[in-house]
Amino acid sequence: MDTMIQFAYVISAGLFIFGLKQLGSPATARRGNMISSTGMLVAIVAALLDQGIVDYQWIVIGIVVGGAIGAGAARMVQMTSMPEMVALFNGFGGMASLLVGWAALSPDAGTFTLVTIILSILIGGLTFTGSLVAYGKLSETIGSGAVLFSGQQVVNSLIVLGILGGAVMFCLDPSNLTWLFVVIALSLVFGIMAVIPIGGADMPVVISLLNSYSGLAACAAGFAVDNNILIVAGSLVGASGIILTQIMCKAMNRSLSNVLFSGFGSGKQDTTEVEGEIKPISVEDAYYVLEAATNVAIIPGYGMAVAQAQHVVKELTELLEQNGAEVNFGIHPVAGRMPGHMNVLLAEADVPYDQLLEMDDINPRMENVDVAIVIGANDVVNPAARENEGSPIYGMPVINVDAARTVFVLKRSMASGFAGIENPLFYKDNTRMLFGDAKESIGGLIREFS
Amino acid sequence: MIPAVVFLTFILMLSIFLGFELINKVPATLHTPLMSGANAISGITVVGAISLAGTGNQDLANWLGAGAVALASINVVGGYLVTDRMLAMFKKKEG
Repeated sequence: MDTMIQFAYVISAGLFIFGLKQLGSPATARRGNMISSTGMLVAIVAALLDQGIVDYQWIVIGIVVGGAIGAGAARMVQMTSMPEMVALFNGFGGMASLLVGWAALSPDAGTFTLVTIILSILIGGLTFTGSLVAYGKLSETIGSGAVLFSGQQVVNSLIVLGILGGAVMFCLDPSNLTWLFVVIALSLVFGIMAVIPIGGADMPVVISLLNSYSGLAACAAGFAVDNNILIVAGSLVGASGIILTQIMCKAMNRSLSNVLFSGFGSGKQDTTEVEGEIKPISVEDAYYVLEAATNVAIIPGYGMAVAQAQHVVKELTELLEQNGAEVNFGIHPVAGRMPGHMNVLLAEADVPYDQLLEMDDINPRMENVDVAIVIGANDVVNPAARENEGSPIYGMPVINVDAARTVFVLKRSMASGFAGIENPLFYKDNTRMLFGDAKESIGGLIREFS
Repeated sequence: MIPAVVFLTFILMLSIFLGFELINKVPATLHTPLMSGANAISGITVVGAISLAGTGNQDLANWLGAGAVALASINVVGGYLVTDRMLAMFKKKEG
């Protein structure tokens, strides 16, 4: 029987791998997700056949309660709130690994097992509280800004030393549970301390990294309870999170340690000087320009999500196309609060995915664009990143909207963006500012068309 | 006799490399579903938790296991459902 269970795990691992492979294209992705969930079902059924199980009561209660909460959340969540939800789920995964690591503790555990137990508690614990803080920042239940205080590095170093010390003491004397509790408590504190200094705009990096940790925690738990499938699945998730983290860091031209350890823009003074003046435009005048345009590019940012403007954007796109214009979307990798956030919002509004271009695909076409419409994006279209070495975001790859013939920037007011960085784009000769709520402004354009 | 640890580490190394290869091919447009799908997979901890929750001993390990089953089930069920909901919205331009 035991061999059968192990073989079932092999099948399950194969299904996970094949499922992830199918995620490589939007056409097969949904099937890939189905395959991956089948893999999970196989693994769970196999685990239930374990002969060590004598009492199914708590297993069933756990699965039913957890499953109901998960299904409810998945059904109700709005696409705009996807980053918060993913953060929260990451946290639950981390906590589950912490509990498994703890429960795996037995009097006859060898040193290797003890080390893996500590690892799964440590990674699981910091994933849990880190994700909760990330959830708080993303849902704005707590302030989304970076929290920095003097001596922060020292405090963090002490926590790390405390964890290391506690871990060593625990491995030397596992019968003394005090050290176990020290490690659990410090891991939870460390998760909070690790995420509070990171500002809202850096959340794509954090959420990717926590995703990776939740996988690694499962992996460590796999070592602790000696289970192959946990190791395989956990490391697949760990690898996926690390790759996304890398992509996000690259898109911001910052190293991971820079994101993790310094509040954004805290060190460097912004020396960007702006020339020219702001030129506002009315909805009516904007309509005349758009009506004559044959090539339009739309660059969405987090502001589009906040204003829930994706559906009116789709409507405008259709009107422009009926008017004979070609419309494309330029998506910056860090637009929004998690990787691919904009793509999901636009998919929700029925914008076909082949109309969404990545930064490297839209930039060469920008010269031929008549009107580039920037909706709620700021840093990702800031030409200072290209031109001004004194800007805190110098070197970050941006979408070169200023190369288009005309740029419309939809913005609430001239108050500076999240990071407070000057954006010379707003002062360029070919830029027109369309002030107001993005949803209302676009609604106004739609009324002019019809 | 080679200790089991060696095999486990071997599996770990191979899966990490495999993971890198697989995920590198996922286009940016699918990164959010990829993440929530990966999230669901990380709920695999449920498999480890099941055997701990079913020992029948009314001890601490049993309760910890039951808690882990519940938390990981949120991940598994919620993760797969929400990923499916998102992927159903991705459509190609008709014609």
